[in-house]
This record gives sequence, C-alpha cells and structure tokens, in this order.
Amino acid sequence: MRSWRPPCVSTESVMARLFRAVVVGVSTGGVNALQKLLGQLPADFRLPILIVQHIGPEAGSGLAKLLDDRCALRVKEADEQDEVLPGTVYLAPPNYHLLVEQGGFLSLSEDPHVSFARPSVDVLFESAAEVFGAELVGIVLTGANFDGSRGLKTIKQKGGVAIVQDPADAEASQMPQAAMAATDVDYVVALDGMAALLQNLAPGRAARQHKERGRNG
Amino acid sequence: MKSGELENVEIRLLLEGVHQIYGYDFRDYADASIKRRLTHWLAESEFDTFSQAQSLLLRDRSVFESLLRGITVNVTEMFRDPAFFRAIREQVVPFLKTYPFVKIWHAGCATGEEAYSMAILLNEEGMAGRYRMYATDINETVLQKAGEGVMPITEMQRFTRNYQKAGGTASFADYYTARYDRAMLSSALKKDIVFAPHNLAVDGEFGEMNLVLCRNVMIYFKPALKERCLSLFDSSLLPGGFLCLGLKETLEKKKMGERYEELAPTLRIYRKRYG
Repeated sequence: MRSWRPPCVSTESVMARLFRAVVVGVSTGGVNALQKLLGQLPADFRLPILIVQHIGPEAGSGLAKLLDDRCALRVKEADEQDEVLPGTVYLAPPNYHLLVEQGGFLSLSEDPHVSFARPSVDVLFESAAEVFGAELVGIVLTGANFDGSRGLKTIKQKGGVAIVQDPADAEASQMPQAAMAATDVDYVVALDGMAALLQNLAPGRAARQHKERGRNG
Repeated sequence: MKSGELENVEIRLLLEGVHQIYGYDFRDYADASIKRRLTHWLAESEFDTFSQAQSLLLRDRSVFESLLRGITVNVTEMFRDPAFFRAIREQVVPFLKTYPFVKIWHAGCATGEEAYSMAILLNEEGMAGRYRMYATDINETVLQKAGEGVMPITEMQRFTRNYQKAGGTASFADYYTARYDRAMLSSALKKDIVFAPHNLAVDGEFGEMNLVLCRNVMIYFKPALKERCLSLFDSSLLPGGFLCLGLKETLEKKKMGERYEELAPTLRIYRKRYG
C-alpha cells in the first residue's frame, strides 16, 4: 500500500500500463465526493468511468444531470446496451445492477440485492474485472457499509489497480476501511489528489504528446 | 488456461447441453448476469465445478429444475413503477375502450403481480369482461404461483402505496382477503387472465394483440435475442396497438423502431403506426 500525494513520481510498472476503464463505488457522502472527483477531471480524460452510487429505488435520474452540468466530462445514466465509450461517465440507474458485458457493452439487471444494495458496487466491479482484467482501475470512495470490498479484491486478483479514498478524508470511513481490509490496495488517496492520480495512470491526449516529445527529444 | 476462462467454457458447454436436452435456450442470455446467477447456484449446490454438476443436471430433471429456478429472475411487484400504470390508465385505456374486446399479452409475467395490477386497472376503468390477458413465462413454477394469486401480507403496504400513486380509484384492500400472513387476490381479478408457459427464445407469436407488455425481461438477453423478441411482439401487435417496455429499455436503434411512435417516452410506452 502506498500513500500518494500530488505531484507524483510515477511508478513505471503501473504508469506504463494501458488501462481501458475506471470503476467507482460510492455510498454515503457520494454526491459531494463525485462532484469533487469528476469536477477535477478534464474533458480529454480518455478512460470511460463507470459508477455505482448507492441510491434509493425511486430516486430518478437527477444525479446524472447534476454531475453532467458540473463536469467537463459527459455524464449519463447508463442505458442497457450502451457501448462503453472513452471520456464518458456512466452512472448505474436506481434499482438496477450495472454490469459490463464482453465486447464492452453495459447491461442492467434486477437480480436480488448484493451486499444489501441494488445497484451494488460488487456486481459492477466483478463483471468489469471479468471483461477488462488487468486493464481496470477500481476506486472505492466514502460509504457507511462494506459493498465494494469483494469487488475490489476481484479487480486485484485479475491484475487491476485498486485505489481507496483515505478513510480520514472520507465522509463515511467504513467502505474505504472494509476495502483496505479485504485486499492489498495500491493507492490510498485523499479526494483532492485522486483526479491527478487518475490522469497520471491514464494521461490525456495533450499530456501524452508532451511525454512522447520528451522521450523522443 | 486461467480458471476464469475454464469456467466460461464449462458454462457454454452446460448451456448447450441444457438446450439440447430440456429445450430451454439460455445461450443468448447476456453473459455477465447469467454467469452471476449460475455461479450463485453452484455455490449453493453440492458441486464444486460446473463440469461436475453437468452429469447430474443433464440426467436428473429435478436438479435442472433447481437450476432453472436459480437462473430465471422473478423480481416483480404490484403496480411497479406507478407512473407507468398511471400513464396506461390515462393515455392507453382511452384507446382500448374504443374496441369491443381487447387482447393483451404480458410476456415474462413471473409471479403475476403486474398482470393482476393491469386487471385491477382495467376493471376500474369499466373494462371487466371486455378483455383477455395472456400472461406468459418460461418458468412453470412461477406460473403456478401466479395462478394462485397468493402473496405475503407484508408486501401489501408497499403495493397499496404503489396502487395509490398509480391513480387507483378504489381501496386496494378490496382486492384481497388477508389470512394469517398471506393475502389472497380476489377471484374476480383472475377470470380474464390466462397464465401459460411461453419461451421467448424458441416459441412463436400471439395473434392480434392490442397491448403487449414485456418489462425488464429483455435486459437479460443478448442483442440478437432482443431483436427476436421485438419482432415477435411486432408481429403479434395490431396496427395502433401498444408496446410497453421496462423503464431502461428502448426501441432506439432497433430495427422495428421506426414503425412505432413514442406515446410516453420516459415511460417506454410505444404505439404501432397504421400502415
């Protein structure tokens, strides 16, 4: 486990890898946390971001709209059969599990609650790990339960990267703590540093070009 | 080979065997959710691997039945998505009333809660005796439960709330008799509903329907099977008939989409165009 603070010195083994998606699980305190995290990501952040925010069954799709208005990235509520596209944020709809299918398409399910939740973080993480394997970044943010810890463990088992919000920084620390207890987490980060970490893991177009020029020059 | 890939091979072999022997075709179900359900079933079973389970599954029908119960999802409630039922009452029923008799197909009815909700709604709108509803499902165990119309009394509070939000005009308690911890739906609701087995992956259409409901069933299917279902519904529906999907399902980008207009876009109620 490493504590990480920007500016970062890149650990090449992780930094040199190509990732295909980011999955995020968040519960209590999530609306603020997501605004902060997504708000700090630039429009050219190239990885798709799939999010499970625990939410009541009749919540409607207001959260996706709120986040879309306040972020440079496009945020939408996931529809079944959506193709996972770069630079887009997909939120699990209330009362459905969100899953990733082979070929990078999304599917929804009304299967029973998992870890007392629907949508459940574990369901998203486990299905995403199955499809993206080592090319996946999993993030567990604030929350007052233990959903996501099993899923984050699966992501690690498949060779992916695990990031957890520093429990001291989280509005509710149980979910990050449970995730850290369940698996060997790669980064424990305060919310303020998380967007920078993600950009280091998956540089945007401008940063990539800059880096390449540096290497060639 | 990694264990995950090995398991995927085992699952493909098992589903192929199940199809050939029992005629249930799950090969075109979306991988992620069927794998979850199968893995869940395996964990609760006495077997360690799918290969190990396969021998008995293919020989002993009762073992297969337990698998079938595990992999067909039966989540439902009365007047689920109240806004949807309100829209049926306010925007669809006025059209249905112009026919002397209407036929309704409820595909994937599970334990029947939504079919009974529709019956309540139609009866309140004065259509009792003027419709026949075919409520079908792949799983005969749940169909039997549907026919009985008995539910846990603990659910009634939630169903009553849904019923009121959906624009119910009477008292929900009039529709059931409570006994101990069970609620039995009134037989007046049952007489216009026919519960019957139907498998969307292999069976054919129902003729000349005015209304087809298939909500949150196709979300478990791969795109090709979805298209099969939609064309089945399309050929079952009369021109001017209504198609109702789940709230996260859409005809957008679907082949038959252009033959339908959106009556209530966010509630996924579509109407088949004339001609």
